[in-house]
Amino acid sequence: MSAVLFFIAAIGAITGAFGVVMLRNPFYSVLALAFHLVSLAALFLLLRAEFVAAAQVIVYAGAVMVLYVFVVAYVGGGEQLASRGALRVLGPLFALALAIELCIAMLGAGLKGVNSKGAAFVPGFGTPRSIGQLFLTRFLLPFEVASILLLVAAVGAVVLARRRRGLEPDEQFERRVSAPRPAWTGTMAEAGGIRMPFLDEQPAPGGVPVATPTGDRSGSPDPEYEGGW
Amino acid sequence: MNIGWYLAVSAIIFCIGAGGVLVRRNPLVILLCLELMLNAANLALVAFARMWGNQDGQVFALIVMVVAACEVTVGLGLVVAIYRRQLPIDVDELNELQG
Repeated sequence: MSAVLFFIAAIGAITGAFGVVMLRNPFYSVLALAFHLVSLAALFLLLRAEFVAAAQVIVYAGAVMVLYVFVVAYVGGGEQLASRGALRVLGPLFALALAIELCIAMLGAGLKGVNSKGAAFVPGFGTPRSIGQLFLTRFLLPFEVASILLLVAAVGAVVLARRRRGLEPDEQFERRVSAPRPAWTGTMAEAGGIRMPFLDEQPAPGGVPVATPTGDRSGSPDPEYEGGW
Repeated sequence: MNIGWYLAVSAIIFCIGAGGVLVRRNPLVILLCLELMLNAANLALVAFARMWGNQDGQVFALIVMVVAACEVTVGLGLVVAIYRRQLPIDVDELNELQG
C-alpha cells in the first residue's frame, strides 16, 4: 500500500516539477508548482513527518502560492522564450550531468540505512508536539533567528516594492505627497460633509507639477517620472 | 519503501530545478525553479531524518521553508520593482551588474 502511494506521489511530484520548467505561461507554472508541493506533502506524510507536511500545505501551497499568483496577475507574463543561446542547449545537459553525479554519489556512499526502511518507528515521531518541543528547547536560537529573518524579509519586500522616486532625497516627491487636488475628491472627512480648508487652496503660482495621486504613469505631467525607483 | 527511493526522487527534482534555472528567462519562473531545488533538499532532509529516527532533520526542513519564504518575498518584491520601472522582465536584459 505504501509503495503504491509512494509511486503516485513521486510521479506527481516529478510531473509537477517538469510542468514548472516546461510550461510557457508563468501562471500555469505556478499551478504546476502547487500540484508539486501537494504531492511532496504526501511524500512527507509517508516519511512520518506530519508537521512538516502540514506546514508544507499551509505555508507553501497556501500562502506562498497566493503571493505568486498575485504577482503573476500584476506583472502579467506569457511573452518570451526565444532561445537563450548556448544555455538553451547546455542547461539540460548540465542538469543531466548533475543527475548522473548525484546518482554516483548516492550509490557510492555505502550508507547501509539507505537500503532499509529507516529506523524503528517511535510513537510521536514528527508530531507537532515533539517538533514544537524541539523548537522551544534545543533549537530555540534558530527559531528566534528565523522570526527575525521573516521580519527583515517582510520589511525589505515592502521597501523594495514601494512606489517612490529616486534614491536621493527629492523635494518633488514631498510635493507630490501633499499635492493640492480638487476638493470633494474622496477623503473620509469629505464623505462626512466636512470640507478640508487646505484642499480649497490653489496650487502655488510657481507651476508646481501636480501629480495624480493614483500614480497613473501615463497621465503623469513629470516627464522624468519613471514610476518606481 | 526504502529510503533510497526518496533520495532518488529528491535528486531528480533538484536536477529539474537546476536545469530550469539555467534555461528559463522569466525571473518569476526562475524563482519557482529555486523553490523546486529547495523542496528537493527538504525531501532529502526529511528522508534522512526518517532513516536515523531523529527529528533534527525535520526541524532543519522547517527552517529551510522559512528561508524559502523570505527568498520568495524579497524576490517577488524585486520583480514588482522591476515592473514599476518599466524594465523588461527578462534576466538576459537585466545585465547592468555584469562585470
